Amino acid sequence: MVNVIWVAMLLTGIVVAAINGNIEAVTTAALKGAQWAVDFALGLIAIMAFWLGIMKVAEEAGMVRILANMVKPLTGFLFPTVPRDHPAMGAIIMNLSANVLGLGNAATPMGLIAMKELQKLNRSDPKSASEAMCTFLALNTSCITVIPATVIGIRIQAGSANPTEIVGTTIFATSCAMFVAVVVDRILRGLFRRGRWR
Amino acid sequence: MFMDMVTMAAKWAIPAVLFVITVFAVIRKVNVYETFIQGAQEGFSTAVKTIPFLVAMFVAISVFRSSGAMDLFVKAVSPVTQFLGIPAEVLPLGIMRPLSGGGALGITAELIKTYGPDSFIGRLASTLQGSTDTTFFVLTLYFGSVGVSRYRYAVISGLSADLTGFIASVIVCNLVFR
Repeated sequence: MVNVIWVAMLLTGIVVAAINGNIEAVTTAALKGAQWAVDFALGLIAIMAFWLGIMKVAEEAGMVRILANMVKPLTGFLFPTVPRDHPAMGAIIMNLSANVLGLGNAATPMGLIAMKELQKLNRSDPKSASEAMCTFLALNTSCITVIPATVIGIRIQAGSANPTEIVGTTIFATSCAMFVAVVVDRILRGLFRRGRWR
Repeated sequence: MFMDMVTMAAKWAIPAVLFVITVFAVIRKVNVYETFIQGAQEGFSTAVKTIPFLVAMFVAISVFRSSGAMDLFVKAVSPVTQFLGIPAEVLPLGIMRPLSGGGALGITAELIKTYGPDSFIGRLASTLQGSTDTTFFVLTLYFGSVGVSRYRYAVISGLSADLTGFIASVIVCNLVFR
């Protein structure tokens, strides 16, 4: 799936640039994209090291397990393949909480820690996404944000009379998205299990 | 009132988490300093592991965008969305949003500046920006960090969430702001 999208984006990009007589844009864009990716990854080292350190302390102290136990009823329903007091659950809950509060710098490391734990539970091919990973990412990408801080910032700068009036509509739209993500994940999981799709 | 409480929670969340974890670890007699370093050691390898995945994704998105192929794609889809009553102005935002966070934010800022933050387009763009996510980026980063290259159905469920967020934004803005 992702292979098809990747090839399609790259090839149509090159063909369109050639037709438009703008072929040199391809080279610049490719290098720019690569540079951006590396810059991002390097910036990630700092927050990853920090949160991995903190999470290790929390794990050794037994806190991640306690947290995972507290949210058992909900996570048991969403992640039937993950043991209920597994550290992955603690990281998933912390990632989603950070997302809700709009704390991007904490959400990403927590999410990557959760993925690392989920990969330990991945019984099939380690290059292939597990069911729990797919559910986690469906939740993560559609997660409710209570304060869309960046947008509110732009609105204030543009001189809005009521910069926060979009909070209600945002929460409504993102709730719909989250609901659909969970339902679609369930349906696709069932289809894949029966082997109808590859 | 509610907004103030949420802002407070966001401000206090991380210091509070740090405090509670450290105190708890001391009570449980964990060697906090050594354990922290042990954990932090993996920070470098985790971040570096994502590089090939991120490079691949951003090269393709960057080429797709700057070649003008994305504009063509927007033009091709616009008859369908026009038929559904979605303003043509926000369509590029809807298509950019799952691909690139920075690109989408640029379009949102541009729309708010051009049409005004309190216009219908301005409010719709703000709602769209806040209610959808950069799905491709998140998938690439998260799967990349553990070396997964076959995403199975995660792309479909992620994109269906984005599409729902887009449609729900248009509907709710039409109901509330028109």
